[in-house]
Amino acid sequence: MSKNLLIVEDLRGYYTGAFQVYGVDGVTFNMSEGEILGLAGESGCGKSTLAELISGAPRPLLLYESGRVQVHEYDIYQIDEELLRTEVKCKIMSYVPQASMESLNPVKRIIDFIMDVVRERTRKKPSKKEIINLAAEHFTRVGLDKDVLKRYPHELSGGMKQRAVIAISTLWNPSLLIIDEPTSALDVTSQKQMIKMLYDLKKEQIIKSILFVSHDIASLRQLCDRCLIMYCGVVVETGKMDDIINEPLHPYTQGLVSSIVSFNPDGTRPAVLRSIPGDQPDLRNPPPGCRFHPRCLQAMTHCKKFEPPMLQLPDKKDHDVKCWLFKK
Amino acid sequence: MTNQEPILKVENLTKIFISGLINIVTVSAVSDVSFTIDEGEVVSLVGESGSGKSTTANIILKLMPPTSGQVFLQGKDIFSIRKRTDFYKKVQVVFQDPYASFNLVYKIDRVLYNAFNLRKGSFSKHEKKEIIIETLSKIGLNADEVLGRYPHQLSGGQLQRFLLARVLIIKPILLIADEPTSMIDASSRAGILNLLEELRKDENFSVLFITHDIAQAQYISTKVCVMKNGEIVETGLNETVFGHPQHPYTQALLDSVPDLHSRWEL
Repeated sequence: MSKNLLIVEDLRGYYTGAFQVYGVDGVTFNMSEGEILGLAGESGCGKSTLAELISGAPRPLLLYESGRVQVHEYDIYQIDEELLRTEVKCKIMSYVPQASMESLNPVKRIIDFIMDVVRERTRKKPSKKEIINLAAEHFTRVGLDKDVLKRYPHELSGGMKQRAVIAISTLWNPSLLIIDEPTSALDVTSQKQMIKMLYDLKKEQIIKSILFVSHDIASLRQLCDRCLIMYCGVVVETGKMDDIINEPLHPYTQGLVSSIVSFNPDGTRPAVLRSIPGDQPDLRNPPPGCRFHPRCLQAMTHCKKFEPPMLQLPDKKDHDVKCWLFKK
Repeated sequence: MTNQEPILKVENLTKIFISGLINIVTVSAVSDVSFTIDEGEVVSLVGESGSGKSTTANIILKLMPPTSGQVFLQGKDIFSIRKRTDFYKKVQVVFQDPYASFNLVYKIDRVLYNAFNLRKGSFSKHEKKEIIIETLSKIGLNADEVLGRYPHQLSGGQLQRFLLARVLIIKPILLIADEPTSMIDASSRAGILNLLEELRKDENFSVLFITHDIAQAQYISTKVCVMKNGEIVETGLNETVFGHPQHPYTQALLDSVPDLHSRWEL
């Protein structure tokens, strides 16, 4: 086992307003260097909230409450904000939010946008030539032409903008890239290119690890080594990607995997799928005990009262599940 | 089936959008599209965004006129049907965004009560209520739970089911489903697709299913039309198109679809 790149311990964050809504309610996991970790779940389960909290840049209204996020030697909620901004963000850990292609400045050329980013992160004022040299190499790596640097965002397609953002966020070869739903706004053919590009970035050692957030488990499957399944603000299962799909343990994961409409390349029509009855609970008022018990077909009385711990299974390596069914 | 008139026949449908006053830009959103839907068939229109799927649906729904081409419903040109209600008794739609299909000010019951205007026969209020409760139980919704509520109090999946109940009350011969599941949670999505298939069998209506998700098209349809830049590039039975794609575009498209049970060689 290589050394830990990211340690998240009992992380909690909430949205303020008329109610306090805990989008992330006690999440613990580790990520080792060189690993591609998937973060899967349905919409509203808190996966983007978790990614935002780990990135150290929660948007207004989302607040960090407690817990630890450690990237390399930096405990990002304990260190000075200025240090976080100039040393950790972009250099060790880069965060590409959902719909990040809209974060390019519409009235600036891409190259000027990169100037801003570099100035902000290094507090130096490099010349335009240096920037072009630095950026051109990264742009060709993600499959973009050097000319793109001189264009405005509206001249680029969605896929190109997304590539440009990824190239910009990997300018300093960060160890960890947190990428939130990079494929969901794209057409299927661009989705495959995007996944291939992420794979190549890792292969060329530009980035070492990826935290890939997506609701599309079939896409995650193509890239990830390990996967976290989130439900209602908590992680319910972690394990190797193949194990999660082939032998899911948590009743929620089982339901989720069996409800995915998947394409059969041999042309035979897929078997009839099952769906999980009921709807996701309201996060303002999550159910007591196990959060999945109102929809769980195997729920016991115990599940309704006590929250299950994350259980490590003796017979299965690297496969943890938060469910009372596995407590011996 | 040979001597029977198809439910829907689309012939050489073309839609050109023109914009600008001085620099006139023309975009042909749909060009020369033809296909038929027979009784009991589920035909999928598959394509990437901007391929003209929804424009085709909007023309068939008489929401916009075509630039050229014709659409026949049971052999009758739909643009010659003068009375709107006559047309919408036979053709109904479920759109992508269930929240946008409801008026937020009214309780959701209103949608079902109004649906009786499009159904043959006259009903007393009591009869209407009985039919509604019966229909809701058929689609797996608890009437006490949903009736009397406002749209924001229900989830997307519940509202989409509710809209299917509306379709059942009207009893159309053709249902156009324009990305009906793309805004619904993954775990409830299969439920909606299964329900649609079940209802189609019971009520025997035909479906035009529009989607960008190839897996869903394979799951539900009998016939598939693959669209690209406003044209249908390949059409055929489900098993043929997805098992042995002929057109290079279809091949490239299917090659990009992630499979849950195997990995790409990257």
